[in-house]
Amino acid sequence: MFLGLTAGALLVLASGGCGKSEGGAGAAADTVKVGEFASLTGKEATFGISSHEGTLLAIEELNAGGGVLGRKLELLTEDDQSKAGEPATVVNKLIARDNVVAILGEVASSRSLEAAPICQQNKIPMISPSSTNPKVTETGDYIFRVCFVDPFQGTVMANFATKTLHAKKVSVFTDVKSDYSKGLAKYFKEGFLASGGQIVAELDFNGGDKDFKAQLTAIKAAGPDAVFVPGYYTDAALICIQAKQLGLNVPFFGGDGWESDQLVKIGQDSVEGNYFSTHYASDVATDRSKNFVVSYQKRFNGKVPDAMAALGYDSALVLADAIRRAGSTDGPKVRDALAATKDFDGVTGETTINEKRDATKSAVILQVKDGKFKYLETVAP
Amino acid sequence: MNEFLQQLVNGLALGAIYALIALGYTMVYGVLRFINFAHGDVFMLGAFAGYFLSPVVNRFLPAQSYLGGTLVLLLAMLLCAGLGMLIEFLAYRPLRQRPKLTVLITAIGVSLFIEYTCQHKYVFGAAPKKFPDLIPTETWRFGGLVLSSNQLLVFVTSLLLLGALRFVVQKTRMGMAMRAVSFNEQAAALMGVNINSVISFTFGLGSALAAAGGILFAMNYASIEPLMGVQMGLKAFIAAVFGGIGNIPGAALGGIILGIIETFAGGIPGLSNYRDGIAFAILILMLLFKPAGLLGKAQVEKV
Amino acid sequence: MQSRTKRTCLFAIVLAVGVSLCSHWFNRYYLGVAIDIAINIILAVSLNLINGHTGQFSLGHAGFMAVGGYTAAKFSLLVQPHLPPWLQPVVFILGLALGGALAALAGLAVGVPTLRLRGDYLAIVTLGFGEIIRVILQNTDFFGAATGLTGIPNWTSFGWAWSLAAVTVFVIASLVNSTYGRGFIAVHDDEVAAGASGINPVRYKVTAFCIGSFFAGIAGGLYAHHKSFLSPTGFDFMKSIDIVVMVILGGMGRTAGVIVAAILLTILPELLRGFADYRMIIYSLLIIGLMLARPQGLFAFGKAAAK
Repeated sequence: MFLGLTAGALLVLASGGCGKSEGGAGAAADTVKVGEFASLTGKEATFGISSHEGTLLAIEELNAGGGVLGRKLELLTEDDQSKAGEPATVVNKLIARDNVVAILGEVASSRSLEAAPICQQNKIPMISPSSTNPKVTETGDYIFRVCFVDPFQGTVMANFATKTLHAKKVSVFTDVKSDYSKGLAKYFKEGFLASGGQIVAELDFNGGDKDFKAQLTAIKAAGPDAVFVPGYYTDAALICIQAKQLGLNVPFFGGDGWESDQLVKIGQDSVEGNYFSTHYASDVATDRSKNFVVSYQKRFNGKVPDAMAALGYDSALVLADAIRRAGSTDGPKVRDALAATKDFDGVTGETTINEKRDATKSAVILQVKDGKFKYLETVAP
Repeated sequence: MNEFLQQLVNGLALGAIYALIALGYTMVYGVLRFINFAHGDVFMLGAFAGYFLSPVVNRFLPAQSYLGGTLVLLLAMLLCAGLGMLIEFLAYRPLRQRPKLTVLITAIGVSLFIEYTCQHKYVFGAAPKKFPDLIPTETWRFGGLVLSSNQLLVFVTSLLLLGALRFVVQKTRMGMAMRAVSFNEQAAALMGVNINSVISFTFGLGSALAAAGGILFAMNYASIEPLMGVQMGLKAFIAAVFGGIGNIPGAALGGIILGIIETFAGGIPGLSNYRDGIAFAILILMLLFKPAGLLGKAQVEKV
Repeated sequence: MQSRTKRTCLFAIVLAVGVSLCSHWFNRYYLGVAIDIAINIILAVSLNLINGHTGQFSLGHAGFMAVGGYTAAKFSLLVQPHLPPWLQPVVFILGLALGGALAALAGLAVGVPTLRLRGDYLAIVTLGFGEIIRVILQNTDFFGAATGLTGIPNWTSFGWAWSLAAVTVFVIASLVNSTYGRGFIAVHDDEVAAGASGINPVRYKVTAFCIGSFFAGIAGGLYAHHKSFLSPTGFDFMKSIDIVVMVILGGMGRTAGVIVAAILLTILPELLRGFADYRMIIYSLLIIGLMLARPQGLFAFGKAAAK
């Protein structure tokens, strides 16, 4: 019996997989295959879907304009179900079986970290749209990102707190389930303490929780001038609502995870007057960004794109641009072209890839005013 | 002192919702000796029912009125009661004679099915939605203490529902039948109790309470999404076991105590990130020292 | 019967190592899936000892897997830089064994106080244990906290995975079929009668728990060195459920059935990738359908089906 099983396993392998995977050459003449992995279902589905929609829109627009190198782009998307362990499997599949030339993904740093070594080993360039943990690009020289990293954003918000909010005492409320949140919190604290500020009350929550009253009550008792919530809009909106309910009327501020029209839809009055940093501001937006918003709404039934969607869009455009400049879909050549990306005009601002393969971009700080995001200031790196 | 009182208020509000959901678990367990894993998802469906019913009701009644709110609540409860009975009929009844494990796995399957179907873009979609305000809200402040009308509503409604439940269980025939079946199913059947109706009714009742919990929860915490039932369901389940599974007052008590402990733990820096783990730790401690739960009676196994 | 099993397992190991040596002939993706299958076999067979043979309902198997996985991974990460390459297999085995041992210890810690509880309660406690492990890992920086452990050396090859799977099956199957092992089945059939016949049910239950946890720990170690990355969210309640479903599907207590179920349930999500949108919906419907139609498991013949 067991004999049969092992033989069977061998058969599966043989039938499915003989032949070494051709690294990144892509299908011969027809299309340029681009792989994408995102959390389309599961706990972080809302972010994965946004990112995917942005990427999809970019690919469709590129194809409408003729594709790259005279060939159409084919987007192969795999769902990692927001589960650890899945990215390794799906990225292996995309590279080994589907022969993609590059990988786009993921939003969550932990899942990007899982996939990065595989892309690096196979010399397939990987571009993460919005993973902000520095370790992601440290994995190897084939791994890139089109967003800024936590250290930068954390420092930006620390300076903002000191200089613009004039806050001497800040509470930090971190999403302990998200390494994005923890990273941002860590760098914020470093920056804020360095400029002489004081952290009163550091509390944690679990992303996806709905009740924050317990922690907010403790924060209120500590008497901060402002509260930093480096989390996602899904939680930030609720946190602001409950803070208001408890009578904690100090400014709340956060990072790019706040950016979404859902923040205002859910939070309504409670988010009014609060701040967050992000990649671009729609009211001082370039035409590029404005067109993107319009096309996105048209394509996806009036849904307003959030930061993940915009970054997903840019990741695809940056890739296409690199392929064009490289003049080929060959892994090493595309990689070099990506590393040389300079002042690329994306919807999330001018993107330059630095020597750490992170994007050197300015951050903008927005404030919620009258239910809309209003541009406050730009912070250059 | 203020902080203590505030946390107490927060904890009671949270605990009341746990209690409502826990009641459903405990009733089904009492009657069927089976843990309905899909119960947390009925909670979620109740909240979504409210979300979709609210605009419909608002066409006939003024928006944000007590009458409108009550109507939405009752309709959602009715809808979910029907849903609960349907699930029982389709997925659990055929397995009545099978070992408990089989039904448990089926319940897990049903739970996953509901969650993933609702996440699908043609159904509810994965993104959180804002729950509409069903009634006008006010906030009252007493010194440093803040109480919102929504929280008060949670207490009042939960108490009313608990009272109604107690009435049904103690004073009606169906309630008596439920108690009989939970005591000894075979004897009850021999006495002429229609087991199928009792079980259906129990499921319906439990689901209605979960739906009420869902709406009260959504009123207090504004955002709803398809996976909201997972954590809440798990915690409520712990509350039910904590209070003594199968014991109705126990479930209510368990829910409230769990809500309070969890809230106080959440307010302590350094402990707040272990908030979820605390609920489980309490559970394990309880099971080690008094497995029957706070109000449960140790079941003597007859050989 | 014993020597035949021994021979088949030995042959399987030789085959596995052989394939491993030529692994570069095979497509990475399929190789990866095959390794996943082997890991799932270890998980399912070890849980089967607890749930199937001994009749206890553990819902926290992923927690033990996590303990083993993180231990082995941390061990490798700490030792690897100081290591000449030829020592790697030794360190690997050492790490796995360490992980397994710690997982078994955890099994002891969980089992002893709780195995005197009735079935349903054990399910709840094991579930709670799994969650507590996850919460602790999520908050401990030594284990990478929410970010997870990266850069774990990719030492799990086809050979390792399938050899260890063969060993696991051999050990557990032999154990259950031995004189001592009859005790497990006795406890499963009727705990009180077993106790009255001189078999200490608690001792057997705890033993089953520890052995099952040990192998879960080994599986965890293999998993860590396969994905090269560990994150606490990968060991949540859902993972435990995945393994439980394999055991139920295979027919509780039927080792062969459980192995086939493990293979099937690992391949199925891969086959369903075309229907990404509907994948989990189909999966959950499958579970419900199978329970309704054939709850004794797909592969239970003879003894179990006659029940």
